[in-house]
Amino acid sequence: MSYKNQQTLGVGAFLFVVFILIPWLIHVSGRWDFYYTLTSVALLSIASGGVWLTFYIGRINIGQGAFALAGGYVSAILVVKYGVSFWLTIPLAGLFCAVAAVLIGLPILRLRGVYFAMITLVLTEVARLTALALPITNGARGISSIPLPGELSIFGLTIIPDFSTIENVKLAFYYVAAVLMVASFAALYRIVNSRIGHLCRSLQQNEELASSIGVNTAYLRVIAYAISSFMGGISGAIFVAISRSIYPASFPVKDSIDFMLNCFLGGLGYVFGPMLGTLVIYFGWDVLFTTGKYQLLIYSSVLILLMLFLPNGILSLRLPGRKGVRK
Amino acid sequence: MSPILQIKGVTKKFGGLTANNNISFDVNEGEILSVIGPNGAGKSTLFKMISSFMPTTSGEVLFSGERVSNLSPHVVAQKGIVRTFQETTIFKSMTVRDNVIVSHHLRSKANLFGYFLGTAKAKSDEQEFGRSADDIVEFLGLGDIRDELASNLPQGHLRALGIAIGLATNPKILLLDEPFAGMNHDETMRTVELVRGVRDRGVTVLLVEHDMPAVMNISDRIVVINFGEKIAEGTPSEIQENEKVIEAYLGSEDDAIGI
Repeated sequence: MSYKNQQTLGVGAFLFVVFILIPWLIHVSGRWDFYYTLTSVALLSIASGGVWLTFYIGRINIGQGAFALAGGYVSAILVVKYGVSFWLTIPLAGLFCAVAAVLIGLPILRLRGVYFAMITLVLTEVARLTALALPITNGARGISSIPLPGELSIFGLTIIPDFSTIENVKLAFYYVAAVLMVASFAALYRIVNSRIGHLCRSLQQNEELASSIGVNTAYLRVIAYAISSFMGGISGAIFVAISRSIYPASFPVKDSIDFMLNCFLGGLGYVFGPMLGTLVIYFGWDVLFTTGKYQLLIYSSVLILLMLFLPNGILSLRLPGRKGVRK
Repeated sequence: MSPILQIKGVTKKFGGLTANNNISFDVNEGEILSVIGPNGAGKSTLFKMISSFMPTTSGEVLFSGERVSNLSPHVVAQKGIVRTFQETTIFKSMTVRDNVIVSHHLRSKANLFGYFLGTAKAKSDEQEFGRSADDIVEFLGLGDIRDELASNLPQGHLRALGIAIGLATNPKILLLDEPFAGMNHDETMRTVELVRGVRDRGVTVLLVEHDMPAVMNISDRIVVINFGEKIAEGTPSEIQENEKVIEAYLGSEDDAIGI
């Protein structure tokens, strides 16, 4: 079977599992709570996918929580205070974060390594404090009782019905998150496998050389960071619609770190790494819940061991010898 | 022959230290010009200013009459002045061929969005770059190892790859920073031939080098720098007889300048 056919088959199988098999399994087993878990995984993997892209240009990004929070607030404020349709606020939240990322990125993306990482870590905290301080975000009380998403129609054609008329809202949110996840990762895959990805890799491996062959490194870095933050913003916006509330502490530093860990665990060399990493970490943490007070201890030890023995992520197990992982 | 590159009174100061003091010389189109000098003479600093990796303190560099100093490296590269590095600077985790393909960036006709969408322009770019990369790789004798990871290459091939990366940008002037460093005689002579080949493709070559026999062999003209000052300029035979040059190199071995 050719590589192309294998790919098509893989994508087909994945879509089948996500859109048909999982809803069917949940329907049969009656474990409706899994919808919430899987919806979260889908949304978190979108945000992690963004972080992954900044890794791809050689920057350690521990600040995605800031953009998820910003996206969430943009959506919540637009819906609650200005009556904008939730569906429109998704791209608006993304765009807001992308623009913010350009403004923040221009100065800080000059930094490398641990310096950039530290600044991004601080960003999450800055975002939380900003949300606490601003009048429009309603301070510590946050924004609650956010209405369910309304109808989405284009030229009178209803594409998505009003969520308050839907019987199974959990399933509806699951589909929204899954569709966006598939679209986001399709876009990431396209970026990485086009010449843009090649340029990003040149940036990751040697910025000086990249600029001497004529690559506008500052521009490319900002673009990548903007795309990354866009993904953080849309995932935050949908999260808020699901929980119907947002507070300054909705996306704490721990989330920012988790987004980064998801990438590490899945594999920095693989586009779909963050998706797998998010799934494993999210479910791993839940499974360890049964161990009670040892949960965090076991969880951290396992993560350390995984990074020691699988520095290229879980996906490097399945694809040995690709991308110079092993000769 | 008209000068393609003019270095005019270029000075670089680091605090109280003057690395380059009022250096001026012209580079003619299609020649191989070497900048030589003892260690710490300020050769690499001069190179960095010509390629805008470092701003000048005063003075300027003109390329076809247009100022190119104190800009960004990628802007200078766009204009056609491209630098290879002293260290073996390459994209380590890419194959040889990918190193050269990505370096075709300046020849792109499509923009980033075009590459994302895979427009006709983007596709023709990619085909074109692949063909041209194969050609360059072959030209520099890297054809057999084109699919090898760059990090696995031995020294000599790395140097050739550095030149290949430079060539891929389609430069008018290629700045080579110590292309023969750490090479034995045979490797040096092979690389000298490569550099000549580069010049024969219509590229003006400016190089910084320690290896005197190679410099004497390859250069059309030589500029000598000592303690940040230009002390001589001329053809290899003129340089070999220049009193100041001999003095500057006294203390090192006499045969260092081939006399």
